[in-house]
Amino acid sequence: MGLVREIGATFAAFIHALGSMAIFLGRLIMYTPAGLLRFRLVVQQVHNAGALSLVIIMLSGFFVGLVLGLQGFDLLARFNSENVLGGATALALIKELGPVVTALLFAGRAGTALASEIGLMKATDQLSAMEMMAVDPMKRVVLPRFLGGVIAMPLLVAIFTAIGIFGAWVVGVALMGVDPGVFWSQMQSLVSMDDVREGIFKSIVFGVAASLVAVYEGYTAWPTAEGVGRATTRTVVITAVSVLILDYMITAALL
Amino acid sequence: MTLAAPEGNLIELRGVRFRRGAFRVFDGLDMTIPKGKVTAVMGPSGTGKTTLLRLITGQLKPDAGSVRVGDYEVPELGLGRLYEMRRQMGMLFQNGALLTDFTVFDNVAFPLREHTRLPERLIRHIVLTKLHAVGLRGAATLFPGELSGGMNRRVALARAIVMDPDILIYDEPFVGLDPISMGVIVRLIRRLNDALGLTSIVVSHDVNELEQVADHSYLLAEGRVVAAGAHRELMEEDSPLVRQFMHGEADGPVAYHFPAPEYGEDLLGRGQERR
Repeated sequence: MGLVREIGATFAAFIHALGSMAIFLGRLIMYTPAGLLRFRLVVQQVHNAGALSLVIIMLSGFFVGLVLGLQGFDLLARFNSENVLGGATALALIKELGPVVTALLFAGRAGTALASEIGLMKATDQLSAMEMMAVDPMKRVVLPRFLGGVIAMPLLVAIFTAIGIFGAWVVGVALMGVDPGVFWSQMQSLVSMDDVREGIFKSIVFGVAASLVAVYEGYTAWPTAEGVGRATTRTVVITAVSVLILDYMITAALL
Repeated sequence: MTLAAPEGNLIELRGVRFRRGAFRVFDGLDMTIPKGKVTAVMGPSGTGKTTLLRLITGQLKPDAGSVRVGDYEVPELGLGRLYEMRRQMGMLFQNGALLTDFTVFDNVAFPLREHTRLPERLIRHIVLTKLHAVGLRGAATLFPGELSGGMNRRVALARAIVMDPDILIYDEPFVGLDPISMGVIVRLIRRLNDALGLTSIVVSHDVNELEQVADHSYLLAEGRVVAAGAHRELMEEDSPLVRQFMHGEADGPVAYHFPAPEYGEDLLGRGQERR
């Protein structure tokens, strides 16, 4: 009996959280036109979420590319088709690994920073103080951070993917001796514009999801040290799970 | 609409009821705040002093009753009108609540930049004037983290008056200050009120400091006003509860002990089963 009740309560809480997050997103979208007018604030947040994540994104992209090159070469060599290495790694990176891994890294680097920043502002009454100064913290604090994340994500994905392909080239061409002309021409013939569009679409969706989770968790955090800590953890966990679920849903819908 | 109502009461609370969960914070609270005066709201911790402020500023809505500020009936205001009203109020939070990633100057300039399109030169002029008034013009380029608690509160005060409000609200302005900072804040509250023609509300439980600033005092307990009048009168009031609070007696109508099982039984372990 207790178990049934617990499962029910968890499920109800999940639906409740989903609903209030949807309302939160609705408010953000409603405020977006006004928020874009104050573009300086958004640019600042693109810098915080994007530029400051660059190092980790580039480093990870490079190593993911290296590994992909190695594994891909090993796998393809078994079928005597090392020649398609360029195309295979590019497809994997553009369609899947670029958007997904970037979103996961984004949650860890930028998402946690956003959630804890907003949560701490709440815990130290800074958001309340803004309300008292007749400044809506949703518009002044939350919205620019959300938009900054949404804009930064596709750019980060593009950089991650490009560097990943470079990593694959380093292993495939420079180390394993795949012919560079074949490497690039295979990539050109295998990757279609639809694949690139899929990657861009995913990066936008993940950008919205990761940024939304981060600002929502920060804004609704309990205004205590423990509450902010929990919000930070939840940001990473919820983003990771929802990105992977969304990834499956988008892939299935587009195939 | 403005708060520049005629003389008399600028803020009126009538029959305000507010509950938090099952706990009744206010049960028929009546209170008036006269224009141009410093009004103190006192009460033991947990009597809803901060809740009262949030009702006045519209951050909370009462379950019943009326909260009138100037011409505004606060619980009925939409967000736009609420912000219009708050633009005429300044509030000093307990810990200052300065924006930590802004300098002192930018903190004080924040409301001006959000609400006006004044040229930067004029903003600079206004901000430096307000910072000078609280004695921190020299700290304009520092960050809040580099200032002491007392200085933080003074910067917050400069920020609260930068839009030239009609009402200034202080939430526990004396908590955690050294005697010097305390004296500075006490003097500032009085001086700002008289020099700027404000109406001030000071929520606090520091009876002695309030004596130096308050024209009129309310004592809250158990969700109601239990005493009101000039501060001096309250000091001399004879009802046990008022006397206990005003003179800081440990035991009285407000019990020293949290409700607990009988002491002897508890020590002998007989109370254990009930825990």
